[in-house]
Amino acid sequence: MENIAEYIKEGRKEAWRAELRKSMKPKERTSLERVQMREQDGEERSHNSMEVNLGLTEQMAVAESHRCLDCPQPTCTIGCPVGINIPKFIKKIEAQDFLGAAAAIKETNALPAVCGRVCPQEKQCELNCFYTQKLNLPPIAIGHLERFAADYERNSGKMAIPEISESNGIKVAVVGSGPSGLAAAGDLAKFGYDVTVFEALHEIGGVLKYGIPEFRLPNDIVDVEIENMRKMGVKFLTDFIVGKTASFEDLREQGFKAFFVGSGAGLPRFMNIPGENYNGIFSSNEYLTRVNLMKAAHEDYDTPVLSGKNVAVVGGGNTAMDSVRTAKRLGADRAMIIYRRSLEEMPARKEEVHHAQAEGIEFMNLHNPVEYFADENGRVNKMRVQKMELGEPDASGRRRPIPIEGSEFDIDVDTVVVAVGVSPNPIVPSSLKDLKMSDWGTIIVDKETMQSSIPDIFAGGDIVRGGATVILAMGDGRKAAVGIHNYIQEKVAK
Amino acid sequence: MNKIIEMEFFSENVAKIILEAPDIAKSRKAGHFVIIRMDEKGERIPLTIADGDPEKGTITLVVQKVGVSSAKLLAKKVGDEILDVVGPLGHATHIENYGTVLCAGGGVGVAPMMPIVKALKEAGNKVITVLAGRTKELIILEDEMRAYSDEVMIMTDDGSYGKKGLVTAGMEDVIQREKVNKAFVIGPAIMMKFGSLTTKKYNIPTDVSLNTIMVDGTGMCGACRVSIGGKTKFVCVDGPEFDAFEVNWDEMMTRMGAYKTEEHAAYEKYLQTVEKKA
Repeated sequence: MENIAEYIKEGRKEAWRAELRKSMKPKERTSLERVQMREQDGEERSHNSMEVNLGLTEQMAVAESHRCLDCPQPTCTIGCPVGINIPKFIKKIEAQDFLGAAAAIKETNALPAVCGRVCPQEKQCELNCFYTQKLNLPPIAIGHLERFAADYERNSGKMAIPEISESNGIKVAVVGSGPSGLAAAGDLAKFGYDVTVFEALHEIGGVLKYGIPEFRLPNDIVDVEIENMRKMGVKFLTDFIVGKTASFEDLREQGFKAFFVGSGAGLPRFMNIPGENYNGIFSSNEYLTRVNLMKAAHEDYDTPVLSGKNVAVVGGGNTAMDSVRTAKRLGADRAMIIYRRSLEEMPARKEEVHHAQAEGIEFMNLHNPVEYFADENGRVNKMRVQKMELGEPDASGRRRPIPIEGSEFDIDVDTVVVAVGVSPNPIVPSSLKDLKMSDWGTIIVDKETMQSSIPDIFAGGDIVRGGATVILAMGDGRKAAVGIHNYIQEKVAK
Repeated sequence: MNKIIEMEFFSENVAKIILEAPDIAKSRKAGHFVIIRMDEKGERIPLTIADGDPEKGTITLVVQKVGVSSAKLLAKKVGDEILDVVGPLGHATHIENYGTVLCAGGGVGVAPMMPIVKALKEAGNKVITVLAGRTKELIILEDEMRAYSDEVMIMTDDGSYGKKGLVTAGMEDVIQREKVNKAFVIGPAIMMKFGSLTTKKYNIPTDVSLNTIMVDGTGMCGACRVSIGGKTKFVCVDGPEFDAFEVNWDEMMTRMGAYKTEEHAAYEKYLQTVEKKA
């Protein structure tokens, strides 16, 4: 698959595809309405932790697949960081070969059930869809269809293991079991390497487990994908911190020929405003980890979490949405988003914002916290916020929020979650003196090969990007797998 | 899975536990800690490593019963396994030849002090150790400390062993008597606060080891954050040892009580279930 565009074009010529294209006129296809994802009722789901989106039925998926025009020059694929052959899998759905659709996705994506749920398709494939670009119509529901194909395969009990090259016995280490590490491990296994994934926590999955809540991405689904990777021969070691439990040098001595570092975004950022260290003020990482990874809301688990009645979440990204919706589910009477820009400028996925609104989340846009106050026990009881207005666009292209002097007022809160971003995890970089780092603490890599300044160390995901999406991390992991493969073929195998 | 090889109770609520952890035994240094999780439903708790044997592949922890997790740990038997042990975490203690070093350990804080005393001695320091506890049975690891210290002074609140008085009184005695170049103070937060107020009076550079609430222990959650010199730092990745004079003790103590109500309720519940079984 040297040239993805070429490969995608070739597939279009196959007889079954040509046949399908003829079966329905483009006009008829474009006149069809976009499918609506089925979801749990807003009020009901705000009290349970079950998945919000319920998936498409077979009929719904097939109907949606008919909308896809199977374009001669498909632009949707350009928007996909892992290069999924989108028209092929959609046409497989139209042909009612659902397992074939899943197989087509898995040619380039190790975690389709995950991506079908958490990818920002509206900014990637669906943004580049012919419908969006040229017809000014809602795009094909590529994400919903991806999820459908992956779920169908999983529920069929006939999950296919991707084809794997003959084992070459060469050991490669993957540091971190989040999306970039899993993607790298999957591809390296396909190339025939003996892959071991080292994970610092006690669970495999990284942010997919500790970060993204059950109602958006059930852990069982992540586990099935991980189980599949085990079947591909990937080994997983939990409770192992590369750079601490053993050094890179120790692992080199054990025969590891190359490393992929996907250690993720570690340090949560705070705003450094007065009172931010009062009890009841969490980073989103802590709040979500307690609930998702440690299952703090379950009676029989030992980890506690403070479940407040008036919960404010500071930030406007997906993590902020996950946190505020979690707070609602833990029994908050009032769960609110405090964000310094307007609703339109929130970086969170539109779908998540809509979901949050339907669940009764309050949005206080154009507000920013400036100070916290606490009761005599040190528990936060008030936050002071300042109103903001929008000025000229800043470097991000969004209008800069400007504080309005004298507009401060207080809100009663008993729990605050700060979700204003993360910095890269310092543990791996601090254990490697010669590793070139940026001023932001990210590992500097070659953009094509993902190779760092140390030749046998490659890196990707948030440790390189500083904070991005699951799918971009996976794209990095795949690129790095190719980079590692070429490196080993050139340097080591000879 | 990490098997418990040996258990020795110093008193009803304090025990030394030696467990299998071959990788950690090899890579650990003075000052490092581990995070353990007892079982599937357990919480992650940080414990400072008191000792290690790379040949046998074991590490030593000293645990005091303070809540559900520590009670569960102390209820384990030799041969039982602990589901998760990860480490070594944090920065190792900065060791050099300072000259004369005063090491003050209170309660189970004596355990993390042990490898520091050992390393300081090996680096050529004169090490004077003050061991303190409320009462005689809470003085632990005395023999081990004597083996690596030039002098050991014992302080008990009730005078049941050694001299009667607080740890600070013992520290003052030493400082009044001879020139001290460096101090390490490890124990309960309140003891570290007053211990370092004592050394501050004499301008003796002092390090403390903080044992805050943690979840992951790898810099991810920020539960362990404390103000050091007015800046927020994470004990797990920036510490656990800090310049004692920079620590905002009151904030730290407040933060350590964040789950007091929940912890108390959970412990009560735990005791009831234990009684039911018995």
